[in-house]
Amino acid sequence: MKLVCPAGNYPMLKAAVDNGADAVYIGFKDDTNARHFAGLNFNDGTAQKAVKYAHDRGAKVYVAINTYPQPAGWKRWQKAVDVAADIGIDALIVADTGVLAYATEKHPQLDRHLSVQGSATNVEALRFYKEQFDIQRAVIPRVLSMAQVKQLADNSPVELEVFGFGSLCVMVEGRCLLSSYATGESPNTCGACSPAKAVRWVETPTGMETRLNNVLIDRFNADEKAGYPVVCKGRFTVEGSTYHALEEPTSLNTLELLPQLQQAGIKAIKIEGRQRSTAYVSKVVKVWREAIDSCLNNPQAFSAKSQWMQDLASVSEGTQTTLGAYNRPWQ
Amino acid sequence: MRLSLGPILYLWSRQTIEDFYQQHIDSAVDVIYLGETVCAKRRSLKPAEWIELAKELAKSGKQIVLSTLALIEAGSDLSSVRQLCNNGELLVEANEMGAVQLMADQKLPFVAGPSLNIYNAYTLKQLHNQGLTRWVMPVELNAETLADILSDAESLGFRDQIETEVFSYGRMPLAYSARCFTTRYRNISKDNCQFVCQDYPEGLPMDSQEGEAFFNINGIQTQSGRIQHLLPHWHQMQELGVDLMRISPQPQHTGEIIKRYNEVIKRESQDTDIQQYLSAPACDGYWRGQSGMDYIATSEQH
Repeated sequence: MKLVCPAGNYPMLKAAVDNGADAVYIGFKDDTNARHFAGLNFNDGTAQKAVKYAHDRGAKVYVAINTYPQPAGWKRWQKAVDVAADIGIDALIVADTGVLAYATEKHPQLDRHLSVQGSATNVEALRFYKEQFDIQRAVIPRVLSMAQVKQLADNSPVELEVFGFGSLCVMVEGRCLLSSYATGESPNTCGACSPAKAVRWVETPTGMETRLNNVLIDRFNADEKAGYPVVCKGRFTVEGSTYHALEEPTSLNTLELLPQLQQAGIKAIKIEGRQRSTAYVSKVVKVWREAIDSCLNNPQAFSAKSQWMQDLASVSEGTQTTLGAYNRPWQ
Repeated sequence: MRLSLGPILYLWSRQTIEDFYQQHIDSAVDVIYLGETVCAKRRSLKPAEWIELAKELAKSGKQIVLSTLALIEAGSDLSSVRQLCNNGELLVEANEMGAVQLMADQKLPFVAGPSLNIYNAYTLKQLHNQGLTRWVMPVELNAETLADILSDAESLGFRDQIETEVFSYGRMPLAYSARCFTTRYRNISKDNCQFVCQDYPEGLPMDSQEGEAFFNINGIQTQSGRIQHLLPHWHQMQELGVDLMRISPQPQHTGEIIKRYNEVIKRESQDTDIQQYLSAPACDGYWRGQSGMDYIATSEQH
């Protein structure tokens, strides 16, 4: 079971490699990846440096080209694929069928992983990508329960990678347009959800209001910590009740499921958070490295150490962590 | 330009569903999509019964298409989709890649539904190679992008082999989740959902704390709080080469909406106003390249 870790810049990549990542995934400085944030990501030069640093230490580098190009931007996605191939990365993480077709034709020798944004949740969908583009691996959406993950892994024609830790999307990745409905920009089209340019923080006598393209997403009392107005994480009103109608701010942490994931035949665990800090990467990767090694050594005796859980909790967004859909707490 | 009636997105009773199709089988729509696309737990009609109803409706001479689930989680969900794909007679609207594969396996034509991510002509071509004969544009794309995609399809040599459909009227499906937001609202578990979404035949409006219509809860699906209304843009669609405008079923006034749309596209009227039939504000922002919830068009745009 391999550990796949995020890097939003070169120091984060070094932190991930130094703390035991088997592979690090990065993106370029444009809308070809799903973390298209200001000040984040790699240009050709730093990406090349990153590949050298990782390869010298036995780690792999994956490049996420996992947004959906429209005709006007198509050449940027082509170029991203070509540059990634040129600098010697180990695998592309792709969502769009057209981009997969291009990569398969142009760089057949380069491994292709289906991004979580490709939303493949069943064996027939996986078979589509395997037969058409000979993908080696698929990252599966965070909507399946542990039993469903196991069932999928039993029948999958490709390796499966699952999310282990990080921010949690309550919607199926690659199929959520809430952000573009509110702001015109979505993860699929622009690599951004609830983009910063649409956000307004407004101080009022009764507390802080957060707005997205002027729509009130949440209102915080003076004693509450005002969170970033992610479109699905606001408090809205349904038939007179105001509450987190879609999602409360929580983080995913599946550390305690490691033996089950290993037994199910999951080939890689992905850590979310290219937009986080070097400190986050160092801490999270270190814990997961230890945990995976401990699980691989003796799965029967594995238990999630309280120190690990504390360390992870200290870098979680929101105040609580959850097993997400894996144990279906909402069912 | 022709009209289609999309699949019913809400949980209605079997009787309501049958009455609805009885009412619209002689309407001005040329194509009717039917089937459960949102939640596998909904069983007003089982897959075999959808197929039976579809075959019955097909006797009218309209094109009847069976629509598949947009989100497959359990093995049993996939069996339902497989049943629809193996119906042996009717066209299928594939709403995720698994259904595409099942149709391609049989070398049968299919429609790509709006929840398939087709953002460029290269993707469209790949799916066309697998049997796609019509696609419903993802709702977040705009007129300019559609023009570019169709122009690229022309250059790639398959433009005349596919039809294009645009989700033109109704609350737009925007997101899918493993979680059911209707049961969350009712404080019950999804496993023991008691089909409470049947209490909301047009979904549950979810407003901002200032009372602005924002989203609409429909089980595991989140829809737009506003109602897409693209009839004022029909002329531009026609020029771009759109073949079908999709009307999404609502519990009230679907017949009046179809009639209004039909009169305008048949050039019997220029009155695109449907205000009296709307249960929420209209929107057309996506089509114009803005936020989906924006709205400007009030009369026919030329």
